[in-house]
Amino acid sequence: MSNFARNFGLSRRALITSMAAVAAFPTAGFAFSESQAEALIDKVVSDINAIINSGKSEAAMYVDFERTLVRYADMPNISRSVVGPPARSASAAQMAAFTKAFQTYIARKYGSRFREFIGGKIEVNTTQKINSIYDVRCTAILKGEPPFAISFIVADKSGKFIDLTIEGISLLKSERAEIGAMLDKVGGNIDKLTASLA
Amino acid sequence: MIKFNLFRLSPVLIVAFLAGCSAPNSTGGINDPYEETNRSWHDTNVALDRAVIKPVSTAYGTVVPDPLRKGLANVSDTLSIPGTVVNDVLQVQLGDAVHNTARFLVNATVGIAGLFDPATSIGLEPRDSDFGETLHRWGVGEGAYVVLPVYGPSTERDALGLVVDIALDPIGHVFGTPESSYKTGLKVAKLADTRYRYSDLYESLVYDSADGYAQMRLTYLDNRHYALGTPIGASDSAEGQATPYDIYEDFYE
Repeated sequence: MSNFARNFGLSRRALITSMAAVAAFPTAGFAFSESQAEALIDKVVSDINAIINSGKSEAAMYVDFERTLVRYADMPNISRSVVGPPARSASAAQMAAFTKAFQTYIARKYGSRFREFIGGKIEVNTTQKINSIYDVRCTAILKGEPPFAISFIVADKSGKFIDLTIEGISLLKSERAEIGAMLDKVGGNIDKLTASLA
Repeated sequence: MIKFNLFRLSPVLIVAFLAGCSAPNSTGGINDPYEETNRSWHDTNVALDRAVIKPVSTAYGTVVPDPLRKGLANVSDTLSIPGTVVNDVLQVQLGDAVHNTARFLVNATVGIAGLFDPATSIGLEPRDSDFGETLHRWGVGEGAYVVLPVYGPSTERDALGLVVDIALDPIGHVFGTPESSYKTGLKVAKLADTRYRYSDLYESLVYDSADGYAQMRLTYLDNRHYALGTPIGASDSAEGQATPYDIYEDFYE
């Protein structure tokens, strides 16, 4: 509970800071650079490396992982993207509830794979701007496994990451397919979809 | 005596097949006109996995110690290298052909007939290839997504590649019938080892997903495109495939 409270405090502070920045430079818009994108992912990776080697219980790791997601990934827009067109007709409250349930589901789903990551690490290699995104390429080095490539996709517009690909497999696309199938099962009802994620 | 059975396949059939491969016919970026048939094969394969493959793999993984399973998988990998070299040559990737030949020689000798993999630690890491990739380099489109019986996800191009790889494999030609079947046995052992080692990952994808078929299709195609190195920004639109970065362009409408 205290984790969530602390997290909320941080988000609010970040929001106030960014509002102040917009007020100070009203015409600057959001300009991001390759080095900023890489710096963001450096932070994400050091958070993840710390979490997987923290020796905490899996449940505690999920909470930490969710906090990292909320801080560095654009969860509201990832949520809109995985819901697809029905997100447009949903109310703000419905989408906020879905986003909250979705980020917990993601933290649990991918966090449950962390057992395989214990003792491993992720290294950031290179960053390349491709149209509206930065592809920050990393190598995951796991115990007893050949190293494999993962990429964080950072959006220029929000300065947050919007996808993670593992050897070319996009988790955004994968979750679009998964959430799409779940939405079909509940007859397109977003509230039921949110409830089914819990 | 090496004979290439490939040339016994009817050239007319191959040409007809390749023509079929390049037909653009995609909806939503995924070319899956045989979805109904594919889904039914997917269900059959999953049932086979539950009834046979999973229990056999679990038994193999539990009874045979890890280093031995790894060693046998290494032998299977080493025996597959000559076939990879053939494809490297067909793709005119001579650097890879030399790399893989050296890898084969090191692992077949220092690695005690392929049981160990000392090549990787001296910079001769695995660089896989297959005839599906050779067809890709020759400009053949991937064709429709198909689910093969037992084998699982593939494309029309990769399915043809599988058949040609068996015909082209030098190991199959050098050794007689009993030795070739050992190779098949090793391959089955390697698959069982892989199924056991990545059991959680495989089952969360195929069994626990809302739509296991869609997840497997996406995973196979994304990973295959990545392995074939679809160049960034290259327009593959003639084939109906979006480049991997296109999906981010309408992220913020």
